[in-house]
Amino acid sequence: MRNKKIILSLIGIIATGILLFILGNVLDTYKIRILNLCGIYIILGLSMNLINGFTGLFSLGHAGFMAIGAYTVAILTMSVPMKELNFFMKPMVPFLANLEWSFFPALIMAGLISALVGFLIGAPVLKLTDDYLAIATLGFSEIIRVVFINIQSITNGALGLKGIPSNTNLWWSWGTAVFTIIFIGLLMEGSYGKAFKAIREDEIAARSMGIDLFKHKVMSFTIGSFFAGVGGGLLAALLGTIDPTMFKFALTFNILLIVVLGGMGNIKGTVISAIVITIAMEALRFLDESINLGFMTIQGIPGMRMVIFSIILMLVVIFKKDGLLKSNLKDVRRNYAKNR
Amino acid sequence: MLKIDNVTMKFGGVVAVNGFNCYIENGQVVGLIGPNGAGKTTIFNVVTGVYKPTEGEIIFDPEGKEEKISKLRPDQIAKLGICRTFQNIRLFKELSVVENVFIGSHLRLKSNVFSSIIRLPKYNNEERQMMEKAFYLLEKVGLYEEKNEKAFSLPYGKQRRLEIARALATEPKLLLLDEPAAGMNPQETQELMEFIAEIKEEFDLTIFLIEHHMEVVMGICEKILVLDHGTLISQGSPQEIQNDERVIEAYLGVE
Repeated sequence: MRNKKIILSLIGIIATGILLFILGNVLDTYKIRILNLCGIYIILGLSMNLINGFTGLFSLGHAGFMAIGAYTVAILTMSVPMKELNFFMKPMVPFLANLEWSFFPALIMAGLISALVGFLIGAPVLKLTDDYLAIATLGFSEIIRVVFINIQSITNGALGLKGIPSNTNLWWSWGTAVFTIIFIGLLMEGSYGKAFKAIREDEIAARSMGIDLFKHKVMSFTIGSFFAGVGGGLLAALLGTIDPTMFKFALTFNILLIVVLGGMGNIKGTVISAIVITIAMEALRFLDESINLGFMTIQGIPGMRMVIFSIILMLVVIFKKDGLLKSNLKDVRRNYAKNR
Repeated sequence: MLKIDNVTMKFGGVVAVNGFNCYIENGQVVGLIGPNGAGKTTIFNVVTGVYKPTEGEIIFDPEGKEEKISKLRPDQIAKLGICRTFQNIRLFKELSVVENVFIGSHLRLKSNVFSSIIRLPKYNNEERQMMEKAFYLLEKVGLYEEKNEKAFSLPYGKQRRLEIARALATEPKLLLLDEPAAGMNPQETQELMEFIAEIKEEFDLTIFLIEHHMEVVMGICEKILVLDHGTLISQGSPQEIQNDERVIEAYLGVE
């Protein structure tokens, strides 16, 4: 059973690798960029699903953790002359100005710093539940953004950072995505993952069964923050330019959209919906422009795409709250029939 | 095994439990009865750490080692060896039957989270034992056939048995059952009584239970505590309780 699973996973990974190799050679740079974004959004979606979907903590602080990861990678990998060029308003702290790490350690560092911050804010915030937790984490991500605007000698403030070496390629983004899928898959299959689900299902029962709620919540939150930081770092190295306004609530919303459409606590669903939504975000760009219907022209409304996505989100929440890809009740009935 | 020493539990101005004293000896089956709203479940919640008592202390001494538990969290109390079931069944509904029981033994897991992800042999070994224990307990409560179904899809009586199996997975020394026979027919009640006697022997348990079915209470309890309006009004063997004036008054009222 387990061997079969491992073999299937290996075949899946190899197939993904071959597909990426072909696509990498066939597609133009714009499409490759979207494909990279797909990989990154898989990482971000899964990390948020770990916190929100599997552990049942309603956290909205993802953009904050991504900002930490993105800035860590940017600051650590940018070349010294490029940093001098960027920091013309106020010079950078000399210690950071002279650093130049290679991509991999910088990415790990991005995850670790983000995880550390997640751990530190998790300690007070995770005592809260439901909507209070959502408000507190949302507040946290806004605070991070404002702090980044104001520590000019480290982050270059509102000007942002330009000329981040574009290290992210298909192998990095998708390699990390596959690693994240495997990591979170194994975590959720193990005893700790089951304990996370137990907390989501019923906190009172979980703690009466000896599960230390606080420890497990902090654990899940910290691991989620780690991957959010890594995802942010990959994003920074893909875009080449970052500034604090990128990391507004809208970014968290995009990831939340992926998680909800893919199904809370559903790894496969998150992967598929991350790919579909990332592509759809680009493919539906025509909605923002004016549309010519032949007999009349509809004026383009910027942001129309997001209206469509918000409507889809509302419909899913109302009619199919397990996500579009999971037919929960059907599974139950089938299992029931099988056992008869 | 368990000593409840002068415990008072107040919610604002309401006194739910007032100066409750009792001692449960090793290996006893003790019943807690009383009219609705007498404060029975509150006592369970205080013992398992869901509420912190306003006054008084609870002492747990499974092996001669006394442990004050009134200030501990529920998970710490569960680790010491007190586990419970709930009056209004609280299963992990969306999870499968076997997962529910498996989670019960998570508190005894020694491996850390990273060894669970990279599947160190030590973790794999522990997980296999937990799984085997879960299957054994499911067989014990007669739910092995349904092991892969979601917990919420089980009928009511089976959900009650699953809750007991989950509690047993935590390896308790003292098991608290909150109305285990609620909603069961006489046949099922009879089976439940036999089942309780059986697990008590096999797992060397002390059992403290709340129940309204008098045949259960009178049938298996060695000692009965009667609670009315948060106060202990009587305690003793089933015969003593049946003939106690105050108990009859509390249940039937007086002119």
